[in-house]
Amino acid sequence: MHELAVCQSVIRQAEAVAREHDARGIARIRLRIGVLSGVEPELLARAFPLAQAGTLAEGASLEVDTLPVRVVCSRCEAESEVPANRLLCTACGDWQTRVVGGDEMLLESLELLTAEETEHV
Amino acid sequence: MCDTCGCNITPGNRHLVISGKLSRTTEGKSAVNVLQGLLHENDHQAAHNRAHFDSRGVLCLNLMSSPGAGKTALLEATIRALGDELRIAVIEGDLETENDAERIRRHGVPAIQITTGTACHLDAHMVHDALHQLDLSGIDLVFIENVGNLVCPASFDLGHHRNVTLLSVTEGDDKPAKYPVMFRAADLMLLTKTDLLPVLDDFDCQAAETALRNLANPAPVMGISAKNGAGLDGWLQWLRDEVRAQRERLEAGQSARPAVQPDGARLHGHEHHRHDERP
Repeated sequence: MHELAVCQSVIRQAEAVAREHDARGIARIRLRIGVLSGVEPELLARAFPLAQAGTLAEGASLEVDTLPVRVVCSRCEAESEVPANRLLCTACGDWQTRVVGGDEMLLESLELLTAEETEHV
Repeated sequence: MCDTCGCNITPGNRHLVISGKLSRTTEGKSAVNVLQGLLHENDHQAAHNRAHFDSRGVLCLNLMSSPGAGKTALLEATIRALGDELRIAVIEGDLETENDAERIRRHGVPAIQITTGTACHLDAHMVHDALHQLDLSGIDLVFIENVGNLVCPASFDLGHHRNVTLLSVTEGDDKPAKYPVMFRAADLMLLTKTDLLPVLDDFDCQAAETALRNLANPAPVMGISAKNGAGLDGWLQWLRDEVRAQRERLEAGQSARPAVQPDGARLHGHEHHRHDERP
């Protein structure tokens, strides 16, 4: 269950960004996760409520953009979308390919609750 | 990777960034583009660990496998064979017990045991803590024996230079297809316990290698038995070559990372399979 460790890391990073922008909280966290990253979006979503409790991200929603695996063939240069355990070129069948997408683990963006709203409250 | 100066902005992600660092959305809310790896803290610590190894002229290898694939037995055989030639130290990761570290210490090699409690993997911070207890002066080669697990350890950079993944012939030869993240990260795949092959006619070494190639991984594959010594020479030579390559890199002011880095956060649009990097 390293997804909890990943969630805790995400929230610490998000809190650092929030403090940098003098935000009073975090409304939304958006991630980009490739299916070859080793992180399961579903498990991440389940660990998230545990990790966000008592942080600036308490109450924040988590959005995960799941990205497919894409490889470029070193031989014929074709780009293919492939399953995570079969990174072969779908055009010529060669195994010498480069992964160009699908292994991302990115904190893409945050929506912050800024101080202005506090004044409205 | 630097996350502050903008050098991580590439053709692949520029469209996400050019809208501006901070843009207003609805009232009282601001959208901020961040674009940094989910394991940013771990990766930062890992880079620190790697710099520490490099400054001491040490090569660090991360051994990963399922539990019971023979990581500790491989280390014992390696120490017996290379102990007079290379000065070795070991960092052991397990959920509980000092058993593995004690096994290593019996061979006269310093070993630090990390007990992770319930954590299923080592991370860069645990390795950093272990390094505080480990005197690297005079050491050539550090092995980190990761927690036996084919899933989570693949996601955490520890600051090592190469990944060695063990697959014992008592497991299925389709393990690389089942655990692609782990086996894609291997810089070397060792098929262990080959002394058992005569009684395990359903394990096909060629099929295991094909499953690895299907992950677009060109890593060498070696069969080895820590018990009867078969195939040990190839492994020892690989170690000598890697130790020498590390020294040559350091002399040239360079460092190395595993072929596929577990930060997985590379933003694409730049060269992907880069083995060597400037520190």
